[in-house]
Amino acid sequence: MTISTRRQLLASAAIIVFSRAAFGHTILGKLPWRPNEVYPPEPLGSPGWHFFTPGEAATVDAMVDRFIPADELGPGGKQAGCTVFIDRQLSGPYGTYEWLYMKGPFPADPLPSQGLQSPLTPRQQYRLGLAALNAYCRGKYDNRAFAQLDADAQDKLLDGMEKGEVQLPEFSARMLFGTVLANTMEGFFADPIYGGNRDMAGWKLIGFPGTRYDYRDVMQNPNKPYSLPPVGLKGRVSADRSPT
Amino acid sequence: MTQRLPAKDVVVVGLGWTGSILSYELARSGLEVVAIERGPWRDTAADFNITTAPDELRYGIRLEMFLRPAQETVTMRNTPEQRALPIRRFGSFLPPNGVGGAGMHWNGQTWRFLPTDFVIRSHYAQRYGAGFLPEGNQIQDWGVTYDELEPFYDAFEYCAGISGEAGNLQGKIQPGGNPFEGPRSRPYPTPPQLQGYAQQLFAQASAGKGLHPFPRPSANISTAYTNPYGVRMAPCTYCGFCERFGCANYSKASPQTCVLPALVRQPGFEARTECEVLKVNLTPDGKHATGVTYIDTQGQQWEQPADLVLLCAFSFFNVRLLLLSGIGKPYDHAAGEGVVGRNYAYQTGSGSTGYFGEGTHFNPFAASGSLGVAVDDYNSDNFDHGSVGFVGGASITCAYTNGRPIAYRPTLPGTPNWGSAWKRGVKTMYNRAMGVGAQGSVMSYRDNYLDLDPTYKDDYGRPLLRMTFNYQPNEQKMANWMADRCDEIVKAMGAQQTRIGHLGVPWSVVPYQTTHNTGGAVMGTDPKTSALNRYLQSWDVSNVFVMGASAFPQNAGYNPTGTVGALTYWSLNAIREQYLKAPGPLVQI
Ligand SMILES: Cc1cc2nc3c(=O)[nH]c(=O)nc-3n(C[C@H](O)[C@H](O)[C@H](O)COP(=O)(O)OP(=O)(O)OC[C@H]3O[C@@H](n4cnc5c(N)ncnc54)[C@H](O)[C@@H]3O)c2cc1C
Repeated sequence: MTISTRRQLLASAAIIVFSRAAFGHTILGKLPWRPNEVYPPEPLGSPGWHFFTPGEAATVDAMVDRFIPADELGPGGKQAGCTVFIDRQLSGPYGTYEWLYMKGPFPADPLPSQGLQSPLTPRQQYRLGLAALNAYCRGKYDNRAFAQLDADAQDKLLDGMEKGEVQLPEFSARMLFGTVLANTMEGFFADPIYGGNRDMAGWKLIGFPGTRYDYRDVMQNPNKPYSLPPVGLKGRVSADRSPT
Repeated sequence: MTQRLPAKDVVVVGLGWTGSILSYELARSGLEVVAIERGPWRDTAADFNITTAPDELRYGIRLEMFLRPAQETVTMRNTPEQRALPIRRFGSFLPPNGVGGAGMHWNGQTWRFLPTDFVIRSHYAQRYGAGFLPEGNQIQDWGVTYDELEPFYDAFEYCAGISGEAGNLQGKIQPGGNPFEGPRSRPYPTPPQLQGYAQQLFAQASAGKGLHPFPRPSANISTAYTNPYGVRMAPCTYCGFCERFGCANYSKASPQTCVLPALVRQPGFEARTECEVLKVNLTPDGKHATGVTYIDTQGQQWEQPADLVLLCAFSFFNVRLLLLSGIGKPYDHAAGEGVVGRNYAYQTGSGSTGYFGEGTHFNPFAASGSLGVAVDDYNSDNFDHGSVGFVGGASITCAYTNGRPIAYRPTLPGTPNWGSAWKRGVKTMYNRAMGVGAQGSVMSYRDNYLDLDPTYKDDYGRPLLRMTFNYQPNEQKMANWMADRCDEIVKAMGAQQTRIGHLGVPWSVVPYQTTHNTGGAVMGTDPKTSALNRYLQSWDVSNVFVMGASAFPQNAGYNPTGTVGALTYWSLNAIREQYLKAPGPLVQI
């Protein structure tokens, strides 16, 4: 249920609505909620990609696996579900920057201290940015896409993008790099209900116990290792289903 | 077309900390009170449920409960010659939207300002000479003293159940508390929170340096508590989900946990949510408010007449409402005249991070928003400023507020941001890094101010507020001096390596700093330099009172809300004892 529908439901059922101001809510006499009422996050939805094309998904798979490689410390970004996470985030309000102030003008020369000033939404950044990255790779590496490069070449390219040394055709390499890296880390460390951090791989890596919500025992035993396994919002299990 | 509603005695704009307290107290006095809040109703049971509340992505990163810039934002530039651009995504500060206001998703660090903070201009002039104050400053005394505010600090702390250790009880210095604080009439309502391993090291190291460590006063309370309104709170479990989150445990003081359950039962009270106040309406001569106009979610406008208008819309939103309503003379930077928008200030942040050896288990996830041990030796004028050459100071604290890993991923300096080396780095340091931070004062200056933006508008076509702000040389000097003090302590705690965090200059909207925005509608004794008199009453329109940190003439080296709460009770007392008996200006010029 989306926030607005359940709010309306709530208004009709539990709150005395001021008859003439029907589109705000009037609260009179008692608190407007009912027992066991909670507002869960958006579920992952049907299997398959919701936003990415297969080619984009393959590129992102390759990127998240270089940002968080599978190694002796644990699973990589792809296995941990980072690509699924990003796909679902792009399908929701984050993907369109629906919540942000996106009215113009967008001057070309903002001050760095003025922060985000691009009109490009995350969906546009991925769509245009990944295409630019693959066009660059095809031109430079014998018609191969990013995902087809070997790990060393991928690392070198990503490093150049991070440092601003690589110019992609018609898209800021830095912007693409920054967005994908930030979203990868979100996916690796967010609650598994969002499709990433599968088997709590991110939390296990660093020793974050998740959402236990009660650490009075830790406070009473300073400087002792914490040994209980992590839990998420759905308990010990990861995502409720494996969507791809 | 605007429809007119039946008149009320009082209209409260915004149902956060200040709005909920005033609504309750005035409804209890028998007045008809309506509170109009632009965001949704939120409550512990439904909105901060334990099965959904500890969700870092949803609340901490995507900021679900905050104001969305699409609805309202401010434009920003560092200096008056620059072009301001809108803050498209909130970063440096996170404004509120919805019942509880920022008082719902705050951390809960609840301080009293020091006695000298309220008379800072005259105090510095007397001790160091008038020439000591920085260039371009507009530092002013508050028009109210610590002693006058003490009973009202007490009232707010007992409403919120604050946990702490008194350092000064009726003039007698108490062991374990802050020896620099002003005298308190009685102890904190609840004892201090537990502290972690890092805080124990900090307490030892700072005491070893001759400093005076004490537990930071906390609105994440240590034991069960029933406040004077009869509302019950439960002990904090150190879950590490305070700031940016609602508390599922009824442990963090907020309008939800301290006021609303009592408020909604008041027969004279009514709340209207998802209704945004557009302006305060005035009589044709501009001297008297007749009520407010607000808009509901379908775009229908309503006029709510009322005898008394209380602006409780959070710091700079109060200032925007004053400017859009034509109350008080707008600050004119070029002429150096006018008061509404004048003396906007903020907070400095600087410090040092320490990286400790193998076998250290700081367990940063076991935390609360106001856990921490602090020293106040370098705050306000608690030390001699003659040799350091700056005005102001900072509270220095060793704390974890959380160990939530999307945002908290410490690595040793020089570690790459990704790849296997990053994985090793974050695995190694997650439990072995800690920070000591200095939260510093920001003085008021001619060049730091708020006005209306000439270009950018909200959905209703009204100008956004424009913020012109930078850290001035005095604040840079102060904050960087404090960072060195923090670093000395971190080294004394036994860190193998440290990294000093200097003040970020120029001020940037990108990294989160604090939502401690102050000034713009300041209180004072002279209508030429203050928008409000000492009772937070508008000099120009005497049936409008303006609550919140917008009243601070400059900011001190602490979080604001203890003082915001105290000023609210102080103003309430004047409204009840004086204004309601004889409506009109409470201070004659
Ligand atoms: C992330 C965060 C952490 C913080 N941590 C601390 C801390 O540790 N210690 C501390 O002292 N302070 C802290 N603060 C600051 C503290 O929350 C505020 O000082 C306090 O809530 C101010 O109370 P207020 O009543 O002035 O505003 P709020 O509590 O914010 O309430 C204002 C209300 O007015 C509503 N409103 C605004 N405009 C309109 C309008 N036009 N029409 C209708 N309604 C409107 C808003 O939606 C909001 O609900 C923190 C703030 C944030 C955001």
